[in-house]
Amino acid sequence: MRNKRSTEEVALGIRRRVFEHSMRNNGGYLSQACSAAEQLAFLYNEALNLGEPVLPAVPKPFAGVPSADNPDYVTGAGYNGPFEPQYDRLFIAPAHYALVAYATLIETGRMDAEGLEMFNKDGSSVEMIGAEHSPGMEVHNGTLGIGLSTGAGLAFGRKRRGDTGEVCVFMSDGEVQEGQTWEAVQAAAHHGIDNLWALMDVNDQQCDGAMDSVMEVRDIKAKFSAFGAVCVEIDAHDLGAMRQAKDEPHKGQPLIILARSSPTKGMSFLQKRFPRLHYVRFKSEEERADMNKSIAAELGIEPVELEAH
Amino acid sequence: MVEMVNRPYASAFEAFAVKNPDVLCLSADLTSSCEIDGFRDRHPDQFLSLGMAEQNMMSFAGGLGLAGYRPFLHSFGVFLYRRPYDQLMASVAYPRRKVRLMGFLPGITTPGGMTHQAIEDVAVMRSIPNMSILETGDATEVESICEAADSIDGPVYCRVLRGSIPRLFDTPIRVGEMRELALGADVLVVTSGIATEEALRARDALSNAGVSIRHLHIHTIKPFNEQALLDHIGSVSKGVVVLENHVITGGVGSLVAEIMADNGVGKPLVRLGLNDTYAHGGSRGYLMKHYGLDAGALVRGIERIIGASTGIDEEALASARVDAVHSAVKAEAL
Repeated sequence: MRNKRSTEEVALGIRRRVFEHSMRNNGGYLSQACSAAEQLAFLYNEALNLGEPVLPAVPKPFAGVPSADNPDYVTGAGYNGPFEPQYDRLFIAPAHYALVAYATLIETGRMDAEGLEMFNKDGSSVEMIGAEHSPGMEVHNGTLGIGLSTGAGLAFGRKRRGDTGEVCVFMSDGEVQEGQTWEAVQAAAHHGIDNLWALMDVNDQQCDGAMDSVMEVRDIKAKFSAFGAVCVEIDAHDLGAMRQAKDEPHKGQPLIILARSSPTKGMSFLQKRFPRLHYVRFKSEEERADMNKSIAAELGIEPVELEAH
Repeated sequence: MVEMVNRPYASAFEAFAVKNPDVLCLSADLTSSCEIDGFRDRHPDQFLSLGMAEQNMMSFAGGLGLAGYRPFLHSFGVFLYRRPYDQLMASVAYPRRKVRLMGFLPGITTPGGMTHQAIEDVAVMRSIPNMSILETGDATEVESICEAADSIDGPVYCRVLRGSIPRLFDTPIRVGEMRELALGADVLVVTSGIATEEALRARDALSNAGVSIRHLHIHTIKPFNEQALLDHIGSVSKGVVVLENHVITGGVGSLVAEIMADNGVGKPLVRLGLNDTYAHGGSRGYLMKHYGLDAGALVRGIERIIGASTGIDEEALASARVDAVHSAVKAEAL
């Protein structure tokens, strides 16, 4: 299943799919597709050893929350392959990247395109903010800062059991504002948890706007290094650099790859919205039409056929 | 005299954990304070220090649970739910990880004041779906808390006593049950944790005053045997008094009140505990008396139910302490 298409093609497919979905649905997490398309394409298409999905290509409806009397409960982990010792696990820590993650599952043949039609529909497991039961989501991560800790715990346990599979956490840079992130790095370093690595989308954006305006976080590479990680900084849209970074030796330490990204990469029209890029809605039909035409041209596709509102 | 047992958790945890290799001992810099320093020294491979970083410890434990381990988290109760509450929800409770939260210093059993006193933990934990709650009231229950907690298919929060603890019972905790310590006919007394010893102190004096007490000790707060409680309430003529080492809002008193209301039980209920207040630092005896958590407060509560004075004073209760306690064990077999 891996490498049917190049990672570049998968990344372009993610941007196109998220764009088309957002145009049809009057908004979406467009910026996250811009910044993270290469990263998620890289993870699913080549970096991770995942195995074939074990859940249906068309996601089943929401089957209830975990409880002692709900045997039907399943997590979305199965889209990332079987939970077996030789396979890697992936946590998507910023759960609001779900739309981008679902698009990645489709582009890598792990979910049917039909799955995205269920996005944010009542009764669907394909939730807007990825939940534990959503495709490709293995644990709850909607609260930023908890992903790396959970990954560290799982990685410690897997290492103790002698599992060869690694644990990868896809993170967002806003998470460095949470104290828990630093607790997690120091714990992983202290306990030599080196089967853990993280790829962080450093797009300098957060909900309220540009990170520097909300909370200055300074030199996070120096901070990660000081807390005990091996930290590499790359251009998020340079797959060659990403491959090299993944190969960085980190014996006895977790590896953190800081992927410096553009929140408008591939959709230059969005620069007009800077710095409010967290969730893009159209301000008018005219803007919607302009955006449709402009971004479609940049992505090399026809504009999306829009129904009148 | 009642037997006092020193640091029962230390030996109980060690005996239990070495038999269960998937049990991991996690500590957040309160290792000797939670009586696991000996375990750390003798079984370093099964011990994990996570430092003063409870948010990470909670989510980390969720990850360990995902990997099939059953982590026992050791800290003071407050530090296991106040700061890392969101992590507790997302990483442990929702996914039903088999994470065992061993919370020491329940309620006012510490002179550490507000920051160290877990006075609303039962209320918080009761409201969390998938969460179970156990509470220890004597040395035997501390000795059996690990087995009991680890028998639960999901997360569990335990109020654990430490240090020198009286032995009141001779049978281990059986999850979901309650201890029937007296089967009198006038007033039902429901106690948990250290409040049970107070009720035992008052029993002879109450008996001498002609008040017939039915006494239940609660070690399993969630899940709770509702029908058993209703049957006991139905067996007394006057009403119910609950005494607990917790705020009366959301604790065992609230639990009893909810069950009575849900089932239309129209008997008087008096809830005793911290009444919408924090405590401050002080000895246990001082705090229990000051905040109305002791045997004297229980007697006054019972007087409110029966509408009469018993004539029992502090002196009578002091002299009643507690050589008759071990006979309370026998009461279990009634």
